[in-house]
Amino acid sequence: MRFERREHRPLALVILTPLLAIAAALALSGILIAAAGAPVLEAYWRILVGAYGSRLSATETLTRATPLMLTGLAAAVAFRARVWNIGGEGQFYLGAIAVAAVGSQLLGNAPGYLSIPLLLITGAVAGMILLIIPLWLRLKFSVDEVVTSLLLNFVAVLVVSMLIDGPLKDPLAFGWPQSQAVPDVAMLPKLVFRSRLHWGFGIALILAFVIHFAQSRTVFGLKSRAAGLSPEGAVFAGVPLARTLLLVACVSGGLAGLAGAIEVMGVKGYVTTDLSPGFGYSGIVVAMLAGLHPLGVVLAALFTATMFVGADGMSRALKIPSYIADVTVALSLITMLVAVFFAQYRIRR
Amino acid sequence: MTETVLEIDRVSKSFGDNKANDAISMTLGKGEIVALLGENGAGKTTLMSILFGHYMPDEGCIRVHGVDLPPGKPRAAIHAGIGMVHQHFSLAPNLTVLENVMTGTEKLWSFRSETGRARAKLKSLAERFGLAVDPDARLGDLSIGEQQRVEILKALYNDARILILDEPTAVLTNLEAETLFATLKEMARQGLSLIFISHKLDEVMATADRVVVLRGGKLVAERRSAETSRDELAELMVGHRVARPVREAHQRGEPVLEAAAVSVRVDGVDRLKEISFRLHAGEVLGIIGVSGNGQTVLARLLSGTLARSSGDILLYGEAIGDLSVADTVAAGIGRVPEDRTHEGAIGEMAVWENAVLERIDEPRFSRHGLVDRKAAVAFADTIIRDFDVRGGGPLTRTRLLSGGNMQKLILGRNLAERPRILIAAQPARGLDEGAVAAVHARILDARKAGTAVLLISEDLDEVIGLADRIQAIVGGRLSPPVSADEVDARALGLMMAGAWKKEAA
Repeated sequence: MRFERREHRPLALVILTPLLAIAAALALSGILIAAAGAPVLEAYWRILVGAYGSRLSATETLTRATPLMLTGLAAAVAFRARVWNIGGEGQFYLGAIAVAAVGSQLLGNAPGYLSIPLLLITGAVAGMILLIIPLWLRLKFSVDEVVTSLLLNFVAVLVVSMLIDGPLKDPLAFGWPQSQAVPDVAMLPKLVFRSRLHWGFGIALILAFVIHFAQSRTVFGLKSRAAGLSPEGAVFAGVPLARTLLLVACVSGGLAGLAGAIEVMGVKGYVTTDLSPGFGYSGIVVAMLAGLHPLGVVLAALFTATMFVGADGMSRALKIPSYIADVTVALSLITMLVAVFFAQYRIRR
Repeated sequence: MTETVLEIDRVSKSFGDNKANDAISMTLGKGEIVALLGENGAGKTTLMSILFGHYMPDEGCIRVHGVDLPPGKPRAAIHAGIGMVHQHFSLAPNLTVLENVMTGTEKLWSFRSETGRARAKLKSLAERFGLAVDPDARLGDLSIGEQQRVEILKALYNDARILILDEPTAVLTNLEAETLFATLKEMARQGLSLIFISHKLDEVMATADRVVVLRGGKLVAERRSAETSRDELAELMVGHRVARPVREAHQRGEPVLEAAAVSVRVDGVDRLKEISFRLHAGEVLGIIGVSGNGQTVLARLLSGTLARSSGDILLYGEAIGDLSVADTVAAGIGRVPEDRTHEGAIGEMAVWENAVLERIDEPRFSRHGLVDRKAAVAFADTIIRDFDVRGGGPLTRTRLLSGGNMQKLILGRNLAERPRILIAAQPARGLDEGAVAAVHARILDARKAGTAVLLISEDLDEVIGLADRIQAIVGGRLSPPVSADEVDARALGLMMAGAWKKEAA
């Protein structure tokens, strides 16, 4: 038995691949649900109800999907150009703390139409800076950015932790380590009345389409893809390698930083060290699930958020652990990677 | 007739509708060297993969010393004494030579390592066949030629009596290739039987006792190499008469590109030392040399991907600083890189993307940062039509094209723009006979149209056939030019060895 690369990938196969992968993942985690003593189909039904059964739960799922979409886009953009940005988590936190700092200390009571865009840019720039460091190290000294960007996550989280226990600590928080809040005028308006769903969701959705357009239609998209696929080939064709990768890093780091900014400005208003349940890392999973396609990222983020939000409902109703959601998402990544392999190769005897 | 050690009996194999091997029968005698000759895609590699058990044949069988070999089992093939030397070596770069050779020979559950015995056996094999290599060197540190030696030793270590070599010279320099063939002849003299796959006529004529020609999956001819000629083999291989195009006399024009005492230093080493040349419009200037003597650096310098450290480059009579890629493209310099799969084209990108990538900033292909896909695809279509690129359309992934068609695409995207200068580095390397003729014809057409061509090559025939004037490159220095009409292969060989230095002194 051997594997051969498919010369042409039929469109049906490209669309079916992720669906089959998710079905396989659900089937596999079904075994675990059954082992936990719960009826499998009902468990999945409860997840759906938990995620979309009411106005509240549906908006909650979309709220949860928002940062995942942004960190997912951050990873997808970078990975396409072979910039291995594993530092989404750190960029997320740095973006968040930058927004809290600028918002609470500098802006005073500037009107929303000024402070909101300013804070979004602040968060994005903070994220960019944290990714430019490892990329610069790679270009200058060939240091692997997988390692440096990953380790900077811990640096960033510790810096945030120091700031919210020190200079940025909210004196009214009963001693809890929590940053001062951004002013109410600088909070993102709600998308749906009386819910937590905010305009950040719309921003993420628009950005997904913008990035898709940029990758498929612009000169920059073509050049960054060339730089990722073959550095030698890109250099020979006159693509400025360092500048292109730097731009990619700015976009990627900016998106992850923006995710942090939007999470602060849309949901909480302040920063704590549990602001992110691993959004930066989950973004990588989301990007891989999406096959690095920006529009696929939207769907993959929705799927992941559905599992996480819905699993709580299932857990309450059936008395089985909500960690099933983690297992299902992790399994779906594995099945997706296997499915992508089979989409690209065929078995030949 | 000597004793027959290997018999391939009516072997057929299809991939989908494509009949890669169609009832092929051949034999191999003891101590014989047989060349399997054919163009890319003729079915040579498929046949050898069946022989070694990588593929199952649809029909037919293989006999070693009269005994049927179970199909599809590499282990059985090794056991029967068949050894394979792959084109892309199956060795681990992080292990030592000895470890590589021993891999797969030891029992998994044995506590005792046989390193001592293995070392002795490796040493005796190396001495017997003149394959000197340090058993404790890390494989990744060895040159390609040495790695190939290890791959051969590994087959011999497994007691191979029949050795199959898949395009053994494709990755080697001329000098390494000569050493290899001396080794192969020595092995045959000591009673081993060899099959080597090739599409290079010269090495086949020089080395093989017998030549088997495949075309389109069929065995079309079998000749003793003493009783055939280069021309006959070429015709058998391609299926019709191929004459490499001939250079016609032609008036050359003004000098367009000059180098005056240009040096290039890379990582602290002088790779080019005060080289000078003058390239005229409408001529082909051949730069010949053994690889590793600065040809690659020269090609990079003139393609805009490497900076000079001293000296002057004159373009159309004016001194310019360092060329950038954008400058070269804007100045009408066409570039054919030495390494077409890594530099010349990006395999995972579509043909149209590779066609326009170096000109994507020109207003006809993009406006305000947006790619004009329609114009780009139309440009690719023109190249495909005018330069006879087969195997796909503008939307095909470039990796799927054969080497020859990829090269036609690269040539096409340059020549379609009617460049005033063409820098062609090893333009026909690794191509089959038909594609070589096509590439050469294009280069001569360009010359006729007034393009100045700098041909950087290590192929003597190519340079003699195409160039008006020839300079040799040795150790980063460039010889004075000689007229191609006044030298023969022997004189050029001497130049490549650096003989001109004495005359100059």
